[in-house]
Amino acid sequence: MATVTINGTVHDLSQIDPSTPLLWVLRDNLDLVGAKYGCGIAQCGACTVHLNGQPIRACSTPVGSIGGQTITTIEGLAQDGKLHPLQQAWIDNDVAQCGYCQAGQIMTAAALLKRKPKPTDAEIDDAMTGNLCRCGTYVRIRKAIHDAADKGGAA
Amino acid sequence: MNALNSINTSADAYFAAIMAEFEAVPAKKAMEFSRRGIFKLSAAAGAGLVIAFAWTPKAAEAAAAAKEFVPNSFVRVAPDGVITIICKGPEIGQGIKTAFPLIIAEELDAAWGDVKVEQALIMPDIYGRQSAGGSTSIPANWDQLRKAGGVARAMLVSAAAKQWNVKESELTTADSAVIHTASARKLKYGELAMKAAALPVPDPAKVPFKTRDQYKLLGKRYTGVENLEVVTGKPLFGIDVKLPGMLYAAYEKCPATGGKVVSANLDYIKTLPGVKDAFIIEGNGVVSEVMPGVAIVADSTWAAFRAKAALQIKWDESKASKDSWTKLSAQAHSIASKRGDTVIAQKGDVEGTFKGAAKTVEAFYSYPFVPHATLEPQNTTAWFKGDSLEMWIPSQTSDRAKTTVAKLLGLTEAQCTLHQTRAGGGFGRRLVNDPACEAAAIAQRVPNTPIKLTWTREDDMRHDFYRVGGFHNLRGALDAKGKLIGWSNHFITFSADGKTPVTGGNFPETEFPLQLIANAETTQTMLPLMTPCGAWRAPRSNGIAFAVQSFINELAVAAGRDHIEFFLEILGEPRHMPPQTIAALNTGRAAAVVKLAAEKAGWGRKMEPGRGLGFGFHFSHAGHMAEIAEVSVDANNKITVHKLTVAGDIGPIVNMSGAENQCEGAAVDGVSTMMNLMVNIENGRVVEGNFTEYPILRMKDAPQVDVHFIQSDNVPTGVGEPALPPAMPAIANAVFAASGRRLRSMPLRQAGFTT
Repeated sequence: MATVTINGTVHDLSQIDPSTPLLWVLRDNLDLVGAKYGCGIAQCGACTVHLNGQPIRACSTPVGSIGGQTITTIEGLAQDGKLHPLQQAWIDNDVAQCGYCQAGQIMTAAALLKRKPKPTDAEIDDAMTGNLCRCGTYVRIRKAIHDAADKGGAA
Repeated sequence: MNALNSINTSADAYFAAIMAEFEAVPAKKAMEFSRRGIFKLSAAAGAGLVIAFAWTPKAAEAAAAAKEFVPNSFVRVAPDGVITIICKGPEIGQGIKTAFPLIIAEELDAAWGDVKVEQALIMPDIYGRQSAGGSTSIPANWDQLRKAGGVARAMLVSAAAKQWNVKESELTTADSAVIHTASARKLKYGELAMKAAALPVPDPAKVPFKTRDQYKLLGKRYTGVENLEVVTGKPLFGIDVKLPGMLYAAYEKCPATGGKVVSANLDYIKTLPGVKDAFIIEGNGVVSEVMPGVAIVADSTWAAFRAKAALQIKWDESKASKDSWTKLSAQAHSIASKRGDTVIAQKGDVEGTFKGAAKTVEAFYSYPFVPHATLEPQNTTAWFKGDSLEMWIPSQTSDRAKTTVAKLLGLTEAQCTLHQTRAGGGFGRRLVNDPACEAAAIAQRVPNTPIKLTWTREDDMRHDFYRVGGFHNLRGALDAKGKLIGWSNHFITFSADGKTPVTGGNFPETEFPLQLIANAETTQTMLPLMTPCGAWRAPRSNGIAFAVQSFINELAVAAGRDHIEFFLEILGEPRHMPPQTIAALNTGRAAAVVKLAAEKAGWGRKMEPGRGLGFGFHFSHAGHMAEIAEVSVDANNKITVHKLTVAGDIGPIVNMSGAENQCEGAAVDGVSTMMNLMVNIENGRVVEGNFTEYPILRMKDAPQVDVHFIQSDNVPTGVGEPALPPAMPAIANAVFAASGRRLRSMPLRQAGFTT
């Protein structure tokens, strides 16, 4: 493993054991704590980040497997100081209760909107099935995704 | 730390104190206010008007002596117009970090856009109770918070009256300003702050509360004050804490509660990458504090977790739990039809009524143990500095944590500083501060180094204070007209000490419908249990409502009557049942929410085959809640919950968005728990460890939720819990309506149903 580009910054991670999950490198080494630890086995989606634009579970991705590639975390989703339409829709729809899962939910939704700018309910449910919300905010998440899509959320 | 003298796997005594605190809220008024109890901080340079409350002279002195502004007050109006409001209690997803400041801002007549919210340190001397549980945050703090805003407003009005030389009665307030309509003059609060700060504090008892028709803020929809930080991934939660030089800890306890460490492969563990230290902690044997285990301290969470997985520990399980859910369940079944060992309630002539009844019905209901599974696993950061301790904890009882941890480490409370972080879900799990105690115990062994203890998901699922399983053998008697005339329930629960039920296993004599039926009884049998039990969202109600409200549906069906019509007859005339506190059922408020739910859900409409409506009601945490589920069941036993209609009366609403969100979440939690959730316990061990085996509901299975409130002049009460219990029976009754199958055991997936 040489370097990994995270939110536009190139990081030399050669000192880190390549078997370390990306999640803990982000959280403990790089102080990017938006991706959360929920299960450690890719079941809850709280750690979702983008690898070359695709959603992955950082808790189950060894950092040694992504050398030379590009990672985007929730901290890198807003561009030029402007919130991503999904982030704004999440605020406006008051989606969060505890909020712990929501960064992962937004990252999964962002990848969906890139692929499907106007997803149906079924497409949303299908794409979001890997992200648990213990507080049960699913109805608001679905609505926020539609709202963002209506406002050109694929951006 | 105290030496390990004995092992106690029950937290029931700990919970009893918490429950007593919660149950006292509806019975007594909030703390009385007096001139001595409220004071104004000496005007620190440029700080403006600061209103603080203190409940002890000591706290008043400490705060009054403050030379600079410190956040030990509720309201600060700065000369620049920024109004800082302090949230005293922990945000766990229930929304009080938005709701509490709204209550203060309403009485203050502040423009919400001028308000900035800060989290209080744990200082019970200053703030009184700083906990979140029992859906009591709103009723317990309603008067205190309103007074904080009202007194500040009164002083700003006085300052304006002096400046303009007019009577206070000629002045009004709105949008952070005092207005003199007659002369068309207006002063912003910021402009008045320094003048107000120089005034004496009025007698709080003489500052009137607004009436509901005067509200400008309360009842509308507000987005959470930390939403921006949530959606941008800012560090908010306990698990996000990072301090200079911090090390990361993991802690392994015996999988069977009550086991002690004999030996562990510590020498090997210390050779693993990143591991700084590994040691045995004897603990004090108190399950709500520190049980025996092995601690690993490492330079990253991953290094600690990986080393934890390599641990080989020899446990002494001679005193550990041997509980088996299979055996306990079989035992409960075998004694179900008998009368219970003790009588909880006995009214009229129950056996005579059953003998003379036109029809009788008997059914056995059961529900399993469930963990809380907050998505943020338990964690705490502790920094022991020899003669002091600083901690960052996501807790529901941060105030108790301070007391407990200080005692554990032999420190005074003054030597402990506690920061409350946002918590990634509570549901009752974080009423216990065992993770904080463990972190403190580990930090004491690694002095002058901040230590973040993080539990793995498996730790979290297997070392919980569980919702206790339970069993109800219910009998009902109907007369010739199909009226409910007799009721009997043999409730089988568990006990750790053989004398009192475990937490959540108690059954009040006022439980629905015992107060409403002339011939009724409930008896109780307790089976021995060592598994720690605790408060799980709407303790006891979350199981009782399923059994009782499903059984009422069975009786309505047996009587050949409409469920809601049958139910309204049980409620009878509108009356407030003894002891007539807000914690007592009001049949008039109950009937109103039942009728509202029926109207909104279209109760009685014709449904296509395989689809049905089911109704459930429950009164808990001072909330009257009626729910109707619309469900379909297909030929492959796939259950789809299409919609849940929720109708509630919890008094006036503070933040409509927050209140609706809690009900939506409770509905989803209800479907999740009803369909999917349980843990098995064998040989004292909780079998399931992660979400593969504990399948929390996913988005595709979440119903639409339609929420309606009846807003009354009653005291506003909490909504984190009361919307959950009726969801389960509503679903079970809808499954019966859709399929003719009566399901009496949670979760339904055990009977072969899927979502």
